[in-house]
Amino acid sequence: MNVELIGLTKRYGAATAVDGIDLKVPSGAYCCLLGPSGCGKTTTLRMIGGHERASAGDVVIGPKAVGDATPAERGTAMMFQSYALFPHLDARDNVAFSLRMRGIGKAERRAKAMAMLDLVQMGHLAGRLPAQLSGGQQQRVALARALVTGPKVLLLDEPLSALDPFLRVRMRVELKRIQTELGLTFIHVTHSQEEAMALSDLVVVMNAGRIEQAADPRTVFERPATAFVARFIGGHNVIRLPDGMIAVRADRMRLGDEAGPGALAARVVAVEYQGTSVHVGLDADGLEQPPEALAESSAALTAVLSDAAFAAHPLRPGDTIPVGWDATAAHRLDA
Amino acid sequence: MNDLALPRTGETAAASIATAPRPRRRSLAYLQAAPLALVFLVFLVVPLLLTGIVSFWEYNEYAITPALTLQNYTDVFDGCLSADLCTTVRTYLSTLKFVALTLAITLPLGFAIAYFLAFHIRSDTVRMGLFLLCTIPFWTSNVIRMISWIPLLGRNGLINDTLRSLGLIKAPIEGLLYSDFAVVLAFVHLDTVFMIVPIFNSLARIDRSLIEAARDCGASGFQTLWNVVLPLAKPGIAIGSIFVVTLVMGDFVTVGMMGGQQIASVGKVIQVQMAYLQFPAAAANAVVLLAAVLLMILGLTRMIDLRREL
Repeated sequence: MNVELIGLTKRYGAATAVDGIDLKVPSGAYCCLLGPSGCGKTTTLRMIGGHERASAGDVVIGPKAVGDATPAERGTAMMFQSYALFPHLDARDNVAFSLRMRGIGKAERRAKAMAMLDLVQMGHLAGRLPAQLSGGQQQRVALARALVTGPKVLLLDEPLSALDPFLRVRMRVELKRIQTELGLTFIHVTHSQEEAMALSDLVVVMNAGRIEQAADPRTVFERPATAFVARFIGGHNVIRLPDGMIAVRADRMRLGDEAGPGALAARVVAVEYQGTSVHVGLDADGLEQPPEALAESSAALTAVLSDAAFAAHPLRPGDTIPVGWDATAAHRLDA
Repeated sequence: MNDLALPRTGETAAASIATAPRPRRRSLAYLQAAPLALVFLVFLVVPLLLTGIVSFWEYNEYAITPALTLQNYTDVFDGCLSADLCTTVRTYLSTLKFVALTLAITLPLGFAIAYFLAFHIRSDTVRMGLFLLCTIPFWTSNVIRMISWIPLLGRNGLINDTLRSLGLIKAPIEGLLYSDFAVVLAFVHLDTVFMIVPIFNSLARIDRSLIEAARDCGASGFQTLWNVVLPLAKPGIAIGSIFVVTLVMGDFVTVGMMGGQQIASVGKVIQVQMAYLQFPAAAANAVVLLAAVLLMILGLTRMIDLRREL
């Protein structure tokens, strides 16, 4: 079912957490709300799920505005960041909980719960209490619990942040598989651009309670709308030119002989070997970054070279080298 | 906006147990536990043993002699095999009635107050203030708290006077004071706070996202209370119940004062025997009482695994 947000706003006293956002998530899409902590993404998710009252604006799920409807009436289900499994119930009863609340008989709800646990490959651990399950296993149970009532929209609040990196990648694949299999609309809150890129059909980059850009991942990466998006998504150099700001992908930077006309002289300040590529940090006069960008990387510019190209022309910190970029690679930013 | 996941206390505790204690650390731990163990030994274990020993002694009007007789115990249960209820059984039934009534009132009351404090009060300062308010009855002694009921409940007390002057009643209501009602009232007054604190402790440890998860699963407010909050509050309820059961079972002051010395209680029997210097008889009664209370606590702990919860 498609989800639409119209002028959705959340105020806490004088502070505005979500500032009148508009968004359309098509039915069956995997949508990631991406942004730094405090950007309002979780609050947005909680308003969609009916766990937070909107101060203004509307959430429309499918054909109707949901207003103050309870989560069950909305047809949404939420997967909580800490999983929020009931500690006194075993995996099967956790999954069957919402069926029990609906007054469905014991045999039927147990059968359904077992089917769901099998879907997330947890059938063999149905009798375990949450405390006896690992983080990844708890997560699967939480997913089964969210899916058991057949929701139309699944809301996931940083579902992968508590897992170790290896498990995170595996669960990511799993989430995408289940979403495709069931054809549900997923709305997934994350602060990891990697996660958002890997999973979503629609990336919504949020900052300070507003949407900076909502587009498919490729568009967001190829044509970031704002300097914030370009910086947050990573892999871009945001460069202030006399006639405005541009973003140039770090792997499209040209060093040395290839720099072309109009190249700037830059000083190498860092060299990081990454296996298939080498990240070269550069400082150039006249390209000082605005202070808010400096927190993310110490160098003003980053150039990503393939390992072969770097091996052909090795660089060391302290070297000075001309730096430029293809005019076609420069993408003009709104702000 | 991102709640950091707190380390789960259970896990950290398990982890610290799992790291095998080195011999030196273990002896240090025993040393640290020694003072409390000593206090328990001197003031609990030794008196209990003495009570147990004395309960087998002989006594008459003017002497107590060390012996090994079961006479005191047969006296306690004298006539209990006949059709009529013997004094001991009737006394226990009377005391158990007060236990049941007090539990029936303090449990819902304590739970409601604890629930309010844990879930409805958002500011820690206000919560602290309200907690202090709950402890106000403890600022004076037990006896004074009970005596203070007399001017309120007595035949010419505040309640009767007011009702009479309003013309609602003609004759004063008997039984406000020196009655079962008065005894239960005093017990509730004295013991509710022992219910509030452990239940609050259990409720405060319930992750708020569990309540949201229950709502997300379509549970109504009552369903959440019954299926999530109550099961998770069970340890607190059990601990609070243990407090109340022990306090009421062993009480003799409240029953005596609020019952106008007319109502029997197990504690009262022991106190009277002590007053007549029938120490062995009192000791035997005390042992029986202790066994009864321990059995009740055993029943309560069956409900939950207390060691897991503490």
